[in-house]
Amino acid sequence: MYDTNYHRASSVEEAVKLRSSQDEARYLSGGMTLIATMKQRLAAPSDLVDLRHVASMKGISVEGRKVRIGAGTTHAEVASSSALKSVCPAICHLAGMIGDPHVRHMGTIGGSVANNDPAADYPSAVLALNATVVTDRREIVADDYFQGMFDTALEEGELITAITFEAPEKAGYAKFPNPASRYALTGVFVAKGASGVRVAVTGAGSNGVFRATDIEIALSASWSSDFVASVAVDAGQLMEDMHATPEYRANLVKVMAKRAVAMAG
Amino acid sequence: MGMEGIGARVARKEDKRFLTGKGRYTDDMVVPGMKYAYFVRSPHAHAKITGINVSAAKAMPGVIDVLDGKQLQADGIGNLICGWMIHSKDGSPMKMGAWRPLAVDTVRYVGDAVAIVVANSVAEARDAAEVVTVDYEELPAVITSVAALEAGAPQIHPEAPGNLIFDWQIGDGAATDKAIAEAAHVTEIEILNNRLSPNPMEPRAALGVYDEAEDHYTCYTTSQNPHVARLVMSAFYNVAPENKLRVIAPDVGGGFGSKIYIYPEEIVCLWASKKTGVPVKWTSDRTEAFLTDAHGRDHVSKVKMAFDKDHRIIGLKVDTIANLGAYMSLFSSAVPTYLYATLLSGQYAIPAIHANVRTVYTNTVPVDAYRGAGRPEATYLLERTMEVAARELGVSPAELRRKNFIRSFPYQTPVIMNYDAGDYEASLSAAMSAADWDGFAARRAEAEGRGKKRGIGMSCYIEACGIAPSQAVGSLGAGVGLWESAEVRVNAVGTIEVLTGSHSHGQGHETTFAQLVADRLGVPLASVNIVHGDTDKVQMGMGTYGSRSGAVGMSAIVKALDKVEMKAKKIAAHLMEADESDIVIENGALKVAGTDKTLPWFQMALAAYTAHNLPAGMEPGLKETAFYDPSNFTFPAGCYIAEVEIDPDTGKTEIIQFVAADDFGNIINPMIVEGQVHGGLAQGIGQALLEEVRYDETSGQLLTASYMDYAMPRADDLPSFKLSHQNTPCPSNPLGIKGCGEAGAIGSPPALINAITDAIGVEITMPATPLKVWQALQAAQPRMAAE
Ligand SMILES: Cc1cc2nc3c(=O)[nH]c(=O)nc-3n(C[C@H](O)[C@H](O)[C@H](O)COP(=O)(O)OP(=O)(O)OC[C@H]3O[C@@H](n4cnc5c(N)ncnc54)[C@H](O)[C@@H]3O)c2cc1C
Repeated sequence: MYDTNYHRASSVEEAVKLRSSQDEARYLSGGMTLIATMKQRLAAPSDLVDLRHVASMKGISVEGRKVRIGAGTTHAEVASSSALKSVCPAICHLAGMIGDPHVRHMGTIGGSVANNDPAADYPSAVLALNATVVTDRREIVADDYFQGMFDTALEEGELITAITFEAPEKAGYAKFPNPASRYALTGVFVAKGASGVRVAVTGAGSNGVFRATDIEIALSASWSSDFVASVAVDAGQLMEDMHATPEYRANLVKVMAKRAVAMAG
Repeated sequence: MGMEGIGARVARKEDKRFLTGKGRYTDDMVVPGMKYAYFVRSPHAHAKITGINVSAAKAMPGVIDVLDGKQLQADGIGNLICGWMIHSKDGSPMKMGAWRPLAVDTVRYVGDAVAIVVANSVAEARDAAEVVTVDYEELPAVITSVAALEAGAPQIHPEAPGNLIFDWQIGDGAATDKAIAEAAHVTEIEILNNRLSPNPMEPRAALGVYDEAEDHYTCYTTSQNPHVARLVMSAFYNVAPENKLRVIAPDVGGGFGSKIYIYPEEIVCLWASKKTGVPVKWTSDRTEAFLTDAHGRDHVSKVKMAFDKDHRIIGLKVDTIANLGAYMSLFSSAVPTYLYATLLSGQYAIPAIHANVRTVYTNTVPVDAYRGAGRPEATYLLERTMEVAARELGVSPAELRRKNFIRSFPYQTPVIMNYDAGDYEASLSAAMSAADWDGFAARRAEAEGRGKKRGIGMSCYIEACGIAPSQAVGSLGAGVGLWESAEVRVNAVGTIEVLTGSHSHGQGHETTFAQLVADRLGVPLASVNIVHGDTDKVQMGMGTYGSRSGAVGMSAIVKALDKVEMKAKKIAAHLMEADESDIVIENGALKVAGTDKTLPWFQMALAAYTAHNLPAGMEPGLKETAFYDPSNFTFPAGCYIAEVEIDPDTGKTEIIQFVAADDFGNIINPMIVEGQVHGGLAQGIGQALLEEVRYDETSGQLLTASYMDYAMPRADDLPSFKLSHQNTPCPSNPLGIKGCGEAGAIGSPPALINAITDAIGVEITMPATPLKVWQALQAAQPRMAAE
């Protein structure tokens, strides 16, 4: 790790101000991605703006079916929230499968969504739930937010403050973990709600998280795991790496979608 | 046995400090004035060094010095060596290329050390290392052993034309060919043994301290054998004469073989300490460990196994290519030869065996012994072949094995080894009943109903531990003897220190060795201390690897205890005016048999040191030394059974049950033995299902350089193991023990792959990842549909 300056923000305004006062400053949330990258000397921010003491970015609120998860909420908090479980258990299930207990008690939803790792779990939930990414300056709908691997609609210095969504009627998540990293080799989040059926796939796309529209169409016609027989997943757009071929990922998209549907009920 | 003696499940004495974070590892050592090292390493798999510029680095803040290979060479530091001479079948000696501790003109793998930066902090050393400019002229690289032997492959060492290090053979080729020609059935199979990274929890580290006043060096290092390190560093690397070099291996957090060898870093840290005048500490980070710790296995073999019409094996022919990486590590030549091919008879009476082994250089990390060292390769090859043969012959795998078991001992194999004792049937039966082998068909049918594919597989392994008779290994090319030493010091108050040449890095010697003493002398465990790992405290010893600490290390302690006991009895007889032969040792006292005369142990010890009243002519004190040289290897053996269930949708294998029935001879501490087996099984299962070192075959970059890509087994990958022990005591050592450290890693991979291939009906290579299993099922599907 190179030398860096540490700042502790206590409000959204202060965080944004601290971040913009230095060219090479970065937000620090759970640090589970950023600190590791800094230790490997792959990132060298001059300044870190610690978000973990910004009270307004923490916690989960559920009012009716309206859900708001503060960006600073840890994976462990999401996994164990009974309020959230009562309206959208699938997202709790997802959070409970991220990394290991240490990672879940440090890492946050805001950090994960900001980072947009192509194998991260949360992007699939945000996209399938048609969630809104709330920032210090605007609200971004999920379909506009994810723009490719590690790429998002966030502007320089823009701070995610919360993720909001309308709890779906049904939802499910199934993940096939990479045997080494346990990130998603392929993860599929399915949701059926006010905005229809949405199916989002993470870990598989060569351009990051994406919606599996053919599966959405099939599931809209009939919400059952029978769709697997009729839908073909095109391996052409899928990632190739040492852990999986595009063909294997295409298969996993179907298998995980089927399991996610089964979980959703 | 008593509560603390041989056979008792005593909790490990060392665990308190390990579990409370109070262990003291090399990186915990702090000496006055200590500075930190960072190594500049090659980013290329193969390149010429055309220039090194360190001036910018030297000007960086906190930098004390930057040193390179030319300076090291100018100071007369020698090449790293392989300590076991192997001759090719044409009689020529193995072709060892030069391994400079810091590369001078050529780098041969990604991670090859080029220069060392010494600075006030690790961060400053690393900053400076980033501005050392090394000019490289890249050369083509070769990664796989098979490619390295092809005509026109990049030449790695001038000393080894065509990258061939040696072309060695063992056994009777003509007799084996004849058996194959006359066979009723020949099973042919190609076997790949995947390349592994050892991954001890504690990465390697070294702290070199040069004391100018005494012209003396101290090296703290992560070593399984500090005396061997001292010997090699003084005799071959010219670091310092032995009497001027102290090597200390304090708590060491796992080795699995990778900490046997003397690596460039400890040599360079010692030399740099003299050069800079400050103590120099280096600690590897995890990626550096992946890049530079000696890897294990990496064999490609072709096998022919010949059977007569009654399904008896009449011949076995093996052709193996072993990848030794970019340089020959300390015992690299012995692993694919005498630690491998000598076990190719397995548990079976095979009249004719022939193995040919070629070892090759490639642009990869050196490959050497890793938990099991040669025996896992032999076992995997043999037990996979047996399984395939049973399927081809249409007989049950157990019956084929039973038919061929060796049943009388001693048994001389055609490949050097002389098995002294064993009961293979006992382990096979125990394993099969523990696994409810006979109930498998019903379980398979039940799984099929759920859309899952069940398979069951066994493996009957044998291995050779307790290495080794010095004269025998000397005649086979070993540069060292493989005896062990012990010193037992009885203090004046009766407490005891045992100094052993064995080294504990997870094996629990502080407990088991103390149990032996407690058992023998009837003293409390708490009054026995085990001292190891410091060449200034302990006389010459050979260290710990190859499951030798029990069979060889403890046997040396037994010999020293014999002498202590003899002298103690003499003293007691004298003080109690009895005959020496009537003295017995019981419950911490020396007693005159058949009388009520008794002398507490501590009073006898005190008498030895006051020397007021000793037998005429007896020297004061009570301290004895012994060296024990084994007369044979020991031969642990057993039967492992794996039952798996495969999800055909994803290719994922779930281990339903894993049974291990082992014959380790007598057991000192069953709990520690179980722990060793558990750990070994985890590593064997890791090899079979998850682990594989992968390089980019063009660039030679290591693709699995972190846990993001190198899959280690985790708790939830493993089932609860069902263990049992059979016992045929080892006749060649006084304790009747064989060794248990590696068996788990040796016996488990073939059991798993046999189970997986049983489930999916097609062959597969290790690691059987979900991807590979799924692909195998896909490839088989059209064929199955057509059938
Ligand atoms: C061992 C391990 C295993 C893991 N396994 C998984 C897994 O299985 N699945 C998975 O999805 N993830 C996994 N992760 C990643 C983990 O979930 C991280 O916590 C997450 O990706 C980043 O969240 P963080 O809070 O730690 O963010 P940080 O590391 O603090 O930040 C990440 C990036 O986001 C930026 N950032 C942080 N917060 C905000 C914000 N509010 N607004 C704008 N930008 C922000 C930072 O500047 C930085 O660039 C794993 C991580 C580790 C170390």
